[in-house]
Amino acid sequence: MAELTRKGLQGFLARQGILVAFAVFMIAFAVANPRFIDIDNVFGVIRSSAILGVMALGVTFVVIGGNLDLSVGSMMSFSTIVVLDLHDKIGPTLAIPSMFAMTLALGAFIGILVGYLKLNSLIVTLGMLSAIHGLTLTYSGGKNMDIADKSGTWFSVFGQGSVAGLPMPILIFAGLAIVLSIILSRTPFGRKVYAVGGNGVAATFSGIPRARVVFMTYLMSSFCVATAGLIQASRSLGSQNTVGQGMELEVLAAVILGGASLLGGSGTIFKTVIGVLILGFIQNGLLLLGLAFYAQYIVTWIIIILAVWLDIAAKRGGLWSRIA
Amino acid sequence: MTDQTPALRLEGIVKTFPGVRALDGVSLTVMPGEVHALMGENGAGKSTLMKVLGGILAPNEGQIFIEEQPTVMSSPMNAKAKGVVFIHQELSLADELTVAENIFLGELPKKSFGRVDWQRLYDETDAILKTLNVGFAARTRVGDLSIANQQMVEIARALTVEPRAVIFDEPTASLTDAEKVVLFEVIADLQSRGVGVIYISHRMEEIFKITDRISVLRDGQYRGTLNTAETNEEEVTQLMIGRTLDLSRNESTHELGEVALEVRGLSCGGLFEDVSFSVRRGEVVGFYGLVGAGRTEIAETLFGLREPSAGTIHLAGEEVSIHSPADAIKRGISLVPEDRKGQGLILGMNCRDNMTLPQVSDLTAGPFVSDGAEVAIFDQYRDKLDIRTPGWRQLVGNLSGGNQQKIVIGKWLSMRPEVLIVDEPTRGIDVGSKSEIHNLIRELAAQGYAVIVISSEMPEVLHVSDRIVAMFSGRVMREFTAEEVTEDSLIQAISGLTGKTA
Amino acid sequence: MKNETRANLIKQGAIWAFILVELAFFSIAGEFLSVTETAFMDFDNMLLLLKQSAPIGIIALGMTIIMINGNIDLSVGATFALAAIVLLDSMTWPFMQTLGNWAIPLAWLFALATGVVLGAISGLIVWKTGVDAFIVTLGSMLGYRGLVFMYNGEQPTSHLNWTLVDFAEAQFLGLHTATWFLLGAAILLWLLMTRTVHGRNAYAIGNNRDAAVNAGIRVGPHFLWNFMLIGFLAALSAVVFYSESGSVNPNDGMLYELWAITAVVLGGTKLSGGYGSIISTLGGVIAIQLLRKGLGHIGADTETVNLVIGLILIAVLFLDRQLNRKGKEELRT
Repeated sequence: MAELTRKGLQGFLARQGILVAFAVFMIAFAVANPRFIDIDNVFGVIRSSAILGVMALGVTFVVIGGNLDLSVGSMMSFSTIVVLDLHDKIGPTLAIPSMFAMTLALGAFIGILVGYLKLNSLIVTLGMLSAIHGLTLTYSGGKNMDIADKSGTWFSVFGQGSVAGLPMPILIFAGLAIVLSIILSRTPFGRKVYAVGGNGVAATFSGIPRARVVFMTYLMSSFCVATAGLIQASRSLGSQNTVGQGMELEVLAAVILGGASLLGGSGTIFKTVIGVLILGFIQNGLLLLGLAFYAQYIVTWIIIILAVWLDIAAKRGGLWSRIA
Repeated sequence: MTDQTPALRLEGIVKTFPGVRALDGVSLTVMPGEVHALMGENGAGKSTLMKVLGGILAPNEGQIFIEEQPTVMSSPMNAKAKGVVFIHQELSLADELTVAENIFLGELPKKSFGRVDWQRLYDETDAILKTLNVGFAARTRVGDLSIANQQMVEIARALTVEPRAVIFDEPTASLTDAEKVVLFEVIADLQSRGVGVIYISHRMEEIFKITDRISVLRDGQYRGTLNTAETNEEEVTQLMIGRTLDLSRNESTHELGEVALEVRGLSCGGLFEDVSFSVRRGEVVGFYGLVGAGRTEIAETLFGLREPSAGTIHLAGEEVSIHSPADAIKRGISLVPEDRKGQGLILGMNCRDNMTLPQVSDLTAGPFVSDGAEVAIFDQYRDKLDIRTPGWRQLVGNLSGGNQQKIVIGKWLSMRPEVLIVDEPTRGIDVGSKSEIHNLIRELAAQGYAVIVISSEMPEVLHVSDRIVAMFSGRVMREFTAEEVTEDSLIQAISGLTGKTA
Repeated sequence: MKNETRANLIKQGAIWAFILVELAFFSIAGEFLSVTETAFMDFDNMLLLLKQSAPIGIIALGMTIIMINGNIDLSVGATFALAAIVLLDSMTWPFMQTLGNWAIPLAWLFALATGVVLGAISGLIVWKTGVDAFIVTLGSMLGYRGLVFMYNGEQPTSHLNWTLVDFAEAQFLGLHTATWFLLGAAILLWLLMTRTVHGRNAYAIGNNRDAAVNAGIRVGPHFLWNFMLIGFLAALSAVVFYSESGSVNPNDGMLYELWAITAVVLGGTKLSGGYGSIISTLGGVIAIQLLRKGLGHIGADTETVNLVIGLILIAVLFLDRQLNRKGKEELRT
């Protein structure tokens, strides 16, 4: 009986470990500093995590489909720069759809390379990281991009506005998370993403068009990136060319922290959101504890490795690897 | 022979896997200088036994003796150090490295500063290659060698130590006749050096040509040892399958319907050539042949996974071209693939989702997958096929082989196909489930499905088929009806002896 | 069989052929488009190119070994920065000040030891936890960067030692110090990978891990050694670079891992492990640097370099796949 309970607990921890860890974190930080769970603080954290979070939602699709996307950081820089530039040239109403179209085109290009041509996603998106960065620099001529009339545009609504007291970035993040979560968990397409990532060969043998599914995951990822770029541009109304630099790996860290396996076939939008929030709240909590900002890097390092380690340790039934 | 010390003796070996008792108290004695055949059907436990012996698996019970000294094989290296060398059926070579590096993998000769002593490496390799009389050099990259020559590299690995016992697992599966001769010379040479050889093969003619004794396993149990000189194929076969060949399986004859599938002159590159056959509704056609004869490739071509280079496919009299599995499914062809875990199932998904995967796009309520429709399909086929699982939420990776196979079959039955192709339906499945699946196949035919069964197990083919197509090296050699087929003629046909003057 | 060998030769020669094409293209295009008077193939220009290749180049050599071994290391950029800080900061420590110029080799030693220790941490984690190297080093990348910031916040760390600068700027037989380090490291690592048991086993592990394990090769210690090696090389790269510049920004070295991987893949090393060559990576490094300089030479925006390199990387992958196709009868999965 005791054995059974222990097993049940182990199973529960293996499945919901990330939630438990999140709860423990929140409680510990809240005890250490009550200001941590102050509603303004909580909103502040979520708002500042929203851009990373929106990107992580899209990458979750790619990762569950069994691939990687290292290009989201530079793609986000691209969409931010493009929408800011077009804002003054053709006005925000046209600038936004144009920017989405251009970003989706980049996503489609990657989707063709990885999905239809079956090239290794790590290298393709690594190449695209560099290529899109170059594209952005060429587009902007290497200069920062700023909106001329910063106070007179409604464009700032996506980053700075709020509805019923809720900041727009949070609303966008939450809305997108709900929609994508439903797509992933409730639609045939979502099921196919899991199938392709879980066992691509078996998915093909079941008549699932693997290439098209992979293509679609990259399209969704680029859509999320465009949305993130929109929030970023709208929030600051001006940007450097390198605004998204390095975010690809942070995004990946959030997705992995949420428990998606890099091998594909597992993970959920909900867990990714938790992963994003954990990263955000750790950063915030450590700051409130009076630790310098860099402490979050070190803590994140430990948490990511611990999370993945415990996950595979539970699966193999032993803490240490069997590598001789 | 009795006064000699056995080179190797196994006593009461038991090995269990979750849900399966793979080896059940197996004992075996191999004398020095003897070639000892180990026979049994697929799944009888030969490979498991050899893995235990080679130090890859640890037995749950039982004892291994080398020259009557009790021993524990803790790893393949450990086994090799003790003189027991396992020559794998699946090649385990590093194909980017040279022949010499592969032969001495893990034990490269060293000089100072950890440098490889290439001179010694090549000298020793050359010496080994010379005894094997092969046509490649020590410096050749293994990836550049033919499969047969790669096999020779595997064999050469055994000769880096003074072996006491060498295990060959289906060594001739991919060899040509000329290459076989060389292999048999190598084995004879080992024999003359007093090495005990364990030889695993399905091929009777080889067994009777080179072995001294034959031990037989069935369903994980030891069934007896025969002196090769004093026995015949019939006796061995009977020991293997536990009965004389059951050729009178046709109890459940039923009306055959229209021709459901007809294939004319189908070819695909070098994989198979000029293949023609037809299947009627209500009929089971068995495809029998050795591994690599092209049977699976035909199935894959019919299922849209390969592009045929010539020939036509007709479904219900209409010529069709099939470019993808989705095409094939739309036209009513279903394939239960050979590799259950690699091709048939997504192990990390639950039972229901696996079963409804091919039709998930159609099981919708509005834009969403309809939970109810999915569960209904699962329940229906769980009951129909008697799938034992705690519930549909169970991950298929946690089911036994037999239940996993039933999930795959259920997946395709729920598509209501015109033609059902089943590739190696009972590979790695315990005996009970085996006969269940055989009965299921017969039943499906009775219900009017056109069924193609591909199998490497003769009893299985004989048991389920109304007609049998024998294949050899990418060609159809002969077609038999259930009434006219005999074991001999079937074996001749799949060895390429029919129709040709040898 | 002949064909296979030829395909191999083509593969190994491809990067050098590409370099020749680049040289020819930029020389000719430079005649018409160049903004300067000097020819592209100017000797000093080429020497400078080698020197500029050194920082990423030395890291890429290590990455080659890691990738041949079947792993990947995303933490090299952070290791690079931390080693640089240790190098420069250690020379300001009181007891080091008293040592005069003897402080220099000691500071080097500290920096290199830092790299080895950081590599060992990643390597040990990969070995003992069995977590994929991609994830482990993704974490290490963040963690080591945190250590960098911990050292001096967001302030740059500076210390200019003129003896060191003189050494770094010296030219011996025409080649700069950094170039010597790059070439020296390349030769030593080439010997390591082609001549030693460790190197050959690293290939075997990356090529067919099960076979290597079955043959009794201990995979874990090989991983550990190779991660220590790449840590050492990332630190060596920092030593070479910062001896001259004397100032390190806490964001230095970011994305170096990606540049290094690009050079390695361009050099033909397989991502799946088991195949690759140190010398080809050197080719990959030079090819990238040539592209940078060449595009500048013909007056293209330096910004286009990233674009071109990214697309070339993808093109290489595409060509490699086309070369390895088995034709129409291939299974469509």
